Amino acid sequence: MSKQSTTPSESPSTSPVYHKATYSELSWAMVRTGILGYGGGPSVMPLFRYEAVTRYRWLSDDEFGEILALGNALPGPIATKMAAYLGYRGKGVLGAILAVIAHILPSCLAMIVLLSAVSYLSHSKIIQGMIAAVVPVIAVMLGVMAYEFGEKAVKGLGIKVGIGLFIVAFILLQLVNVHAAIVIALFLAYGAVHFKFVQWLKDRRNPPNPPVKPTEGGGT
Amino acid sequence: MGTLTIDWIEWLRLFWGFFLANVLGYGGGPASIPLMYNEIVTHYHWLDDKTFSNVLALGNTLPGPIATKIAAFVGYDVSGIGGIFIALFATIVPSAVALILLLNLLQKYRTSPVVKGLTLLVQPVIAVMMAVLTWQLTAGSFVSIGIWQSLGIAAVAFWAMQIRKIHPAFVILAAFVYGALVLPNFI
Repeated sequence: MSKQSTTPSESPSTSPVYHKATYSELSWAMVRTGILGYGGGPSVMPLFRYEAVTRYRWLSDDEFGEILALGNALPGPIATKMAAYLGYRGKGVLGAILAVIAHILPSCLAMIVLLSAVSYLSHSKIIQGMIAAVVPVIAVMLGVMAYEFGEKAVKGLGIKVGIGLFIVAFILLQLVNVHAAIVIALFLAYGAVHFKFVQWLKDRRNPPNPPVKPTEGGGT
Repeated sequence: MGTLTIDWIEWLRLFWGFFLANVLGYGGGPASIPLMYNEIVTHYHWLDDKTFSNVLALGNTLPGPIATKIAAFVGYDVSGIGGIFIALFATIVPSAVALILLLNLLQKYRTSPVVKGLTLLVQPVIAVMMAVLTWQLTAGSFVSIGIWQSLGIAAVAFWAMQIRKIHPAFVILAAFVYGALVLPNFI
């Protein structure tokens, strides 16, 4: 394993060269994310990000974040939405179909074939051990991603507003138990006017240039 | 003739059931599971309660997205290969098309401050949702294999992925091996 450890992956920001996904890249990336991800779609997002941003450089990390954010604002399973969009972006409709199939086919087939073995599989200590050992790995990936999303938000919004919004989001999601879709909609609604609002605040604090007096000679 | 008409009705039902369960579920596949249960067991009686739990248990044992695994199984069970396609189509296509259309629309107005504000403001919510998911996985892991095993695996995984920059696939495979050899003594 140590031989493979020097994958050509610097931090994603050092190389701004991005390229369109090819069919073979799409298939490999989606098969890998499909068979290595545990815990359903949302916990597989760091793997998607690794393949799309770090490994194949289809898009920038910022763009990936935007796509994921908007994907979360829509209903439906997230993994297939992301696979479809990444495929579509690289290779159009055919790419989208290929990416989704590559992502779901192995596990769907296994599902149908293995149902007779279900009691063995879900009671085997070895299988349980394997799944249990992957959970902390997934948790680390998710935690890193949460941190980096948070960092980006703080950079974009400034530290006070950023942290304030984390607290608001946390209170709404976890303490008041507002539905995630509603929280996202609220933040989106404010986001639509955010820059106008900031501009308005600035103008109020220090007017950019002396307010133009309405010309005296005008009629009413 | 008769069987043909019945199949069409069954296909329509499959489509409608999986379409509803997924289009009403926010937060990815896992959030749709109760909705799927409602359609599959309560409404259409495709599976009984016990089979559904078995399917869910197997689904959680296998990797990959959960919504499509359940859809594939139920589709096959109800109506063979055709059923798989219908159930998967209804699960995947509406939301995927919606995302593609939405992103294409936003791409056109990329430079507008409205779109910039939208994508900026949604980041804190996603960060919090991810952090909550991280915590849930961590807490679950503490319960199943204990705090020291969990933290040990997490520390090695962090070192391997963030510092040594090893591909996550190798880290996950290594975790599988460790889990198969060592963890059965702890569970």
